[in-house]
Amino acid sequence: MTVKHGRVDLTRGRGAGARPYNRPMLVLGIESSCDETGVALYEGGAGGGRLLAHALHSQVAMHAAYGGVVPELASRDHIRRVLPLTRHVLTASAKALADLDGVAYTQGPGLAGALLVGASVANGLAYALGIPAVGIHHLEGHLLSPLLAEPAPRFPFVALLVSGGHTQLLAVEGVGRYQLLGESLDDAAGEAFDKTAMLLGLPYPGGAELSRLAETGDPLRFRLPRPMLGSGDLDFSFSGLKTAVLTLVRKHARAGEAVPPELRADIARAFQEAVVDVLAAKSLAALTISGRRRLVVAGGVGANKQLRERLRAECARRGVELFFPPLELCTDNGAMIALAGALRMGAGTRDYAFSIRPRWPLGELLTPR
Amino acid sequence: MTRNRTVVALDATADLCSVAWSDGVNWIERSESAGQRHSALIISMVDSILREAGAHLSDLSEIAFGAGPGSFTGLRIACGVAQGLALGAQLPVRAVSSLLALAQAAREDAVVTALDARMNEVYWAAWRRQEAGSEWQVASAPAVAPAATVRLPPGARWYGAGSGFSAYPALGAAMPTLAGCDPSLRVTARAIAELALAEHGVLGAADQAFPHYIRDKVALTTLERAGAR
Repeated sequence: MTVKHGRVDLTRGRGAGARPYNRPMLVLGIESSCDETGVALYEGGAGGGRLLAHALHSQVAMHAAYGGVVPELASRDHIRRVLPLTRHVLTASAKALADLDGVAYTQGPGLAGALLVGASVANGLAYALGIPAVGIHHLEGHLLSPLLAEPAPRFPFVALLVSGGHTQLLAVEGVGRYQLLGESLDDAAGEAFDKTAMLLGLPYPGGAELSRLAETGDPLRFRLPRPMLGSGDLDFSFSGLKTAVLTLVRKHARAGEAVPPELRADIARAFQEAVVDVLAAKSLAALTISGRRRLVVAGGVGANKQLRERLRAECARRGVELFFPPLELCTDNGAMIALAGALRMGAGTRDYAFSIRPRWPLGELLTPR
Repeated sequence: MTRNRTVVALDATADLCSVAWSDGVNWIERSESAGQRHSALIISMVDSILREAGAHLSDLSEIAFGAGPGSFTGLRIACGVAQGLALGAQLPVRAVSSLLALAQAAREDAVVTALDARMNEVYWAAWRRQEAGSEWQVASAPAVAPAATVRLPPGARWYGAGSGFSAYPALGAAMPTLAGCDPSLRVTARAIAELALAEHGVLGAADQAFPHYIRDKVALTTLERAGAR
């Protein structure tokens, strides 16, 4: 994060006066880092905050025809969605623009063009309203999203952040105090799900469909390797699993023909068993190493049923508290950005000289003032 | 009493980041060579011209922006900022063609405008008007084409303008009858503000303001890639 000295107050719009003491802080959050546009309104207060409304537009169907996210198309869609979603959350929560105290947006990491859309609208709006704008780290949003759950976890905790873009284990001491314990050295877990689905002939993005198929598969027919299970550290590697799946497909399916449904389900099951084993084992090891008794799972793969069941059983056995964000907030969303924005609004600026950070190591985040 | 229309115009079509304020009589403008820094500059430039004008956003009748064609990212920065400003200040937004802005800046009455579209192509259009101050007519609508294939529309004493002519000499070579050409002419917010005050472009609600990319095919679908093999 850029540390700015001699901050300039460029406030020109309405409502530039100080906020009345003790009034809850109303923050608009805008997420546009990849292929979902999310907008939300979060009301922060001394006694805790609450999510007033959130809205999401997913581009998954649009990118499906291309076999993956096309960054330029993602950006073109975001700029059509941010304002309508903003109007929607304001209407849904019976709030007016004049009620806003700040605007938060995802500053990175993510697709540069996509990030710029949210940043441009957020800063233009904040300037016009005379309120601060604050750039949020996308992964901090995910890390803090369990705070939107009821009950919310208390700090400190270990977080397993597992999505299409990331697989990380972090020790979370408080807002802005994160220590990376381990991460994927190659593919993210969600990415491995999608790529494996493609090998089995499922249409992009097939990760979720692969999980559904796995439920019907035979867990004992195939056994795939558990990459890095005995590596002695908390890092992951998932790209090798793809190769193992490809070998199975070549061995059991006829060349040039579709993989038969039963074989597909059994391979899907074997793949999922391997991923869940590794994710669960490393999460438990992270708890032991850091001496923590609370585990928080965030990110899209956190919606995976088998992972949830396994972690529930293992945590219950060890007396570890386990938290998941609400299912609808597992994917990218504006709610987590609005929440992080409310916690970081102290760092909000009124110079509106925005920039984005497509690559932004979480370790460079500062603790909010 | 009818109030004068006042506008703020933004442009980030290419390297320049420029903004302009006008009430139809007075003009305040800023332009900076921005490289990749449009996002860091554009709002403070708007703030600077409003301060100089002693005006507030809420005094304006509309926000205008250079809608393209041009750098995809630049178009979205100008469009996104225009959307945000307009939503917050409850103003409509006017999308103005960057190719028409070039014609406006050329101070001629029959102008072929062309911008570098990369990949040996240009964004181009042709515009005519009776005389300075009269309404622009489209002689050839904005399009993207290989530089060497662009042909002048019939009639008129055409002038050329824009980076398309310097990026691809083949473009000027294909137009031997050009009366003159200024490849160094650039899109400015000043020209966009002039066009906005003359009610060119498309005025609408903030959430209906979008870039006009012209180049709409930017990726191949899985089926198209398979078919191309």
